This record gives sequence, C-alpha cells and structure tokens, in this order.
Amino acid sequence: MTDRLSVTKTYKLLIGGKFPRSESGRVTPVGDGPGAYVCHASRKDLRDAVEAARAAQPAWAGATSFLRGQILYRLGEMMEGKRDELAAALTASDASGEVAHSIDRVLHYAGWCDKYPQVLGCANPVSGPYHNFTVPEPVGVVGVICPDEPSLLGLVSLVAPVIAGGSSCVVLASETSPIAPCVLAEALATSDLPAGVVNILTGFRDELAPHFSSHSEIDAIHAGGLNEDQSRVLREGAAENLKRVTIREDLDWTDDGACEDPWWIEPFLEMKTIWHPSAT
Amino acid sequence: MTTATRGEPSPIPTPRPQAVLTPLDTGSEALWAYDPAPERIRPEISPTYGLFIAGRFAPSASGATMPTINPATDETICQVAQGDQADVDRAVQAARDALPAWSALPGKERAKYLFRIARRIQERARELAVLETIDGGKPIRESRDIDIPLAAAHFFYHAGWCDKLRYAFAGREPTPVGVCGQIIPWNFPLLMSAWKLAPALACGNTAVLKPAETTPLTALRLGEICKEVGLPDGVVNIVTGAGETGAALVNHPGVDKIAFTGSTEVGKRIAKAVAGTRKKLTLELGGKSPNIIFEDASIDQAIEGIVQGIYFNQGHVCCAGSRLFVQESVLGDVVARLERRLASLRVGDPLDKNTDVGAINSKAQLETIEHYLQAGRSEGATLHEVNTSTLPSAGSWCRPCFFTGVQPSQTIARDEIFGPVLAVMSFRTPDEAISRANNSPYGLAAGVWTDKGSKIFEIASRLKAGVVWLNTYNKFDPASPFGGFKESGFGREGGMHGLRAYVNL
Repeated sequence: MTDRLSVTKTYKLLIGGKFPRSESGRVTPVGDGPGAYVCHASRKDLRDAVEAARAAQPAWAGATSFLRGQILYRLGEMMEGKRDELAAALTASDASGEVAHSIDRVLHYAGWCDKYPQVLGCANPVSGPYHNFTVPEPVGVVGVICPDEPSLLGLVSLVAPVIAGGSSCVVLASETSPIAPCVLAEALATSDLPAGVVNILTGFRDELAPHFSSHSEIDAIHAGGLNEDQSRVLREGAAENLKRVTIREDLDWTDDGACEDPWWIEPFLEMKTIWHPSAT
Repeated sequence: MTTATRGEPSPIPTPRPQAVLTPLDTGSEALWAYDPAPERIRPEISPTYGLFIAGRFAPSASGATMPTINPATDETICQVAQGDQADVDRAVQAARDALPAWSALPGKERAKYLFRIARRIQERARELAVLETIDGGKPIRESRDIDIPLAAAHFFYHAGWCDKLRYAFAGREPTPVGVCGQIIPWNFPLLMSAWKLAPALACGNTAVLKPAETTPLTALRLGEICKEVGLPDGVVNIVTGAGETGAALVNHPGVDKIAFTGSTEVGKRIAKAVAGTRKKLTLELGGKSPNIIFEDASIDQAIEGIVQGIYFNQGHVCCAGSRLFVQESVLGDVVARLERRLASLRVGDPLDKNTDVGAINSKAQLETIEHYLQAGRSEGATLHEVNTSTLPSAGSWCRPCFFTGVQPSQTIARDEIFGPVLAVMSFRTPDEAISRANNSPYGLAAGVWTDKGSKIFEIASRLKAGVVWLNTYNKFDPASPFGGFKESGFGREGGMHGLRAYVNL
C-alpha cells in the first residue's frame, strides 16, 4: 500500500460570508511542513471587511433578541460538531478543554441577547409628566483584535459579547495560532449568522492594528493581548473619530467570573434616553 | 426648557392658528411694550477671586489674574486667578491627599455632605442665579428656573446613590476611580459643575474642577458652599484659568480620570493626549442635532419645541436642535408660524425677567456666530431676520434667526454654530428624514414631532442620538442620562448610567 499524499489546505479569510484569499495574494505557511497556509490580510482586505460588516449591521441589530440568541446558540451547536477539528488546530496543552470552554462561552452570551436590555436599561423617574426610559443600542461596527493565546477562547470571548449586543465585527485573529480561528470561521459561515456579522482576517498585528484604529467606519475596538506600545497606538488612532476602545489586560480567559457578564456587552452599546410627554 | 417644566402643551400661550397668517406688526411698540422687570438682588462680588485648593482660597502661584466680563455690558466684573502648572500640581496633590479618607467614608456619611451642598445651593439660589446671569449673559428666567434648581437637584439625586452604588452595577462591586480632572464649558457654568462633581463625589472620588475661562464665578461660589458645609479639604478643588490650565490638568500624571465637556475638536485632542496613559476618559462634546416635524404633528406645540430647541440659552447648548427638518407639506405653514413666534421673542437685558434671549457669552463667540451667518448667506441660504428687538448699546448680542433654502452640504447645516441660528430643511418621507438626520458625525440629541405613536417610536429607535425628545425638546433631569453617540463623545451624565464613568468595576 502506497502512502497517500495529503491534500494541503490554505485557510482563507472570512469576509461578508465568503472565503476570499487576501487581495494582496500573500500567504504564509503554518509551522514547518507544507501542511497548511494562511492568508496574510492587507489594509484593503480590512476595508472590504468593514464594508461587509457595515452592510450587515442594521439587519442584525434589527433582528429580534430572541432570534439573535437562537443564532448564537446555533453557533455553539456548529462548534460542538467541529470539536475535534478545532482541538487539532490548537497548540495549547489542554486543547479540547479550550474548545469546550469556548463553546460554553458562546452559549453564555447566546442567553444574554434577550436579557441585557433589561439589566442595563431602565425607566427614569424624572420630575415631570414624562415617560423617560434608557435603552441600550448596538454601537455599530467593532474592530476585534485578538490575543495570540488562547487563540480560540480569546477570540470567542472578545466576539461573543459584541455580536450578542447587536453589533457586527471585523476580527484580526491570533497572529501565531491562526488555524483554530479559521476553522471557527467555517463554523460561523454555516451557523445561520447573517453574512458579514463576523468577518475574520489573519495577518500581522503590527501591520493591521493601526488601520483598525484609524478606519472611520469602525465605531469601537475590543482588543486583548496587546503590549503597551500597541495599546497607545490604537488609542491615539481611535481618537480621530472617537472610537470606544476596550482593551483587556492581564486576564485569565478561562475565568468565567471575569469574562462572562453584561459588563462585557456594555462597552459595545450606546445608551439612548427617550422622553415623551404624558398627557390626555 | 425655556419655561417651567410643567409638561406639554407648552405653558407659553400661542395664538390659535388663523386661516390666513399675517405677519405681526412687530414695529408696534404698544403690543409688546412691557415695563422692564429687572432682578434687583445684587450678590456681593469681591474685586478678586483666588483658586480653591485644599479648602482655602488663595492667589495663583504666579499671581496672574484674568478679568471676567459681563457680556451684556462689556464691563469687567472682577479679576479671577489664572492657574498654571504649579497650581494644578497643588490641586491634584490636595485631591490625592483627600482621597483615602473620602473614599473610605461610609456611603451614608458621604451622602450627607452632598445633601448639605444641595440644600445650600437651594438656599443661595437667588444669589447664584443673578451671578450666573451677570457672568454668562443668560436670561435670569433660565438661570433662576432651570440652571440653579437643576444643579441643586443633581446633588440631591446623587446624594442618595452614595450608599447604593452596588445596586447600580449588576453583579459587580464598584470602587472609586480616584482623582478626577473635570473641565467644563461656559454655557451652563454651575449646572455643569454639578453634573461633574455630584457623581464623582457620590462614587467616592475627589476632584479638580476647571471652570470655563469666561464663567468662573458660580463655580467659585460652589467652592464657598463646599467650605460652608464642612466638606473635607481637598475633596473638591477649583482651578480657574484658560485652555493651558485645562491642558495641565489633562496631562497631569496624578489624575486618574478626565471628564470633559466642550468642543469635539478639543475632545479629540484630549483623547489623543491620554492615549498612552491609564487615565479613564468621558467626553460630552458638540452636536448638530436634528429636530424633525411631521405633517401630522401638533404644529403649535412643535413651534414651541423648535423655539425651545434652538433659542434656549441663546443657542449655546450642545444638544440644540439646530437642524430643523420639516415635512414638505407643512413647510410653508411652519416657516410662517416660526416667523411670527420669533418676532415675539424679547432680546435684551439678561437680568430682566421678561427677557427670552440674553447676551452672547463672549465677543469671541459672537464673532463665530457672525462668521456662520455670513457663510450661510454667501453659500446661498436665505436668512430670516424677523426679530426686531432693540438691542442695548453695549454688550454682545445676536437676534434669533433662521435660514431656509439650506442644502445639507452647506456649512450652516454641518457645523455646530452654538448660537441662536437655525437651519431649516425639508423632507418627504420618514426614511428620508431619518437618513438625513443621521447624516452627521455628531449624535448627541434629536427631536421628533408627530401625533402618531407607532411612527414616533420607530423613528426614535432609528435615530443615532443619545437623547431623543419626542413631542418635546431640551428637557433635563438628574435622573435622566445625557450624552452622545459617535463624535458627540462617550459616557453618560446623570441617572444610573452616569455613575459608570466614576467607578471601576
């Protein structure tokens, strides 16, 4: 019996529900052998992804909270079906543990979709004959910059609260371990999540992060695993259009108490206060 | 908000609509010739005021002072210390020193100080109102009925939060942020001081407040009140000065949080300046807020809403409804009624209780407004100047006015003017109104006028604005969060949501 030569795979970007290669044509081999390649996204890919995210956002925000929750739960189901493939793509010592944790985190945020407005919004007792209430609304398009490790759990923890809150996002995956995020992209694309709500780029953080921060169609940033210099550059660029920037630091991503609550959704919400007179 | 907050319909009686609207004979003095009704209380004003640091008033380290001017008369009211880096250093140090004891004080005890401040503001309300009007030019009716009562209410509201903070943040234990550097504008001097200090103190922080260059006097009186009520030294520090004083505060390494209200341009500079630091930041910036009138609105009420929206406080309001969108079918009617209403507004002595529109806050601001009036004319819009109030000979004044024939690309439709100038545009469909209303980098406030309930809530949900007033405009309350989307800043002030800016979770 002859040894079968394996089929190598190039993991592509996820933009607007499609899997394009980088427009730059750049690919990088993963690891030593000719096993796999990932695309090396460019600034143009980022722009395309932001455009897709912007186009997808109003319908995603307009979907009922119940439906968003169902779709996030469906994502959990799709990930469950890809447990082995996701675990094989991870280099962590407890790869299957990380996958399980990631799935559970998605389910946690699936459940928040139709609850956070009750926890974070309120009626305001103003002095006068008015109905006055404050409701959370999605911030819009969020740039998500992931830590290198944990490459799957970090990404899921940064993305789930953003999309639970009705925003769409453009994700820059782990630079050193991009394969699991690419496998996740394949789960996302088959999970009923509307095209463009989550877009995933692979590439180099130092090259792309400044473009995330300066892009005027990105409304907020959710990042983890940045060094001090990267944080400063990100915040400086974000000042241009006053992006809301949240950078997670010194975090144990496996700590549910630290990573799972409505205050993770809150930075990606805008509080809208509505007044209406009450009279006969 | 130009009148008592008793709700809708507005208590200002408007003539019933007539079949044919004829312009008022505004030249007829007899029709509007009220006798002057000046406020006669005159608060004591010292020739010079020092900085309030560590519970004491003292001159600035350099000895430098700056004048503060009554914009209604151009007269110098008094001299105020001009703080620089050395003074900011001292103030931040005082706030740092006061922090451990203040933040460790049981919430119940902190609350009592805030209650006391609220009471003293109420008790000194007349004095504060007159001072606010003399220093800033706003009508006494507004400072008396709105600014000062709301400032007191703001302290009262936040006093109650001091021992209840953990109920505001589901599942988390809030802790104080630390020393807060707070920079406020000149349009609501005492009220903005209250918006900044009350939540900061309630959450266990200490503060250094930098009032606006042109309106420092009521903030300094608030310093006196802090002293009167026995607030521990250094919990509140007030450093007067201009832009450089604010910059020294923003860049000070001993400050944990910056809260700024002012222009978007300066807000962006501040965001950049704190980018490489651990400082927390909230920004309440500019706006170009849309006010949308549908054909099925109660037009008389809408006219009052338009007037309250843009001419309140001479238009020196960040959330002013400065872009008016009127459904095409009622455009002519709305413009005609607006002209009649504008002609009846009284511009003049801010201390006169009958005055609707007071003095423009400063010569510099008047120049800015005049620049925009010129831009509007030269870019082809039609200026409606129907108000013919006799203006005082001295001081800075601008009669309320509006432009029609405005294109969305014109300067007056895009830039924040911060004066009594309205840009009127028309639309045909709700979708068009929404997309044009949202077509702005700002997102502070919006108004919608229609008597159709389902329509009004759908439009409210699609407008990108932090505050949406439906069938009303420019209403404020300590329990109601205020703040913007997009480039109007981030963070909220007031209500439960306003506390978030002053705690770590």
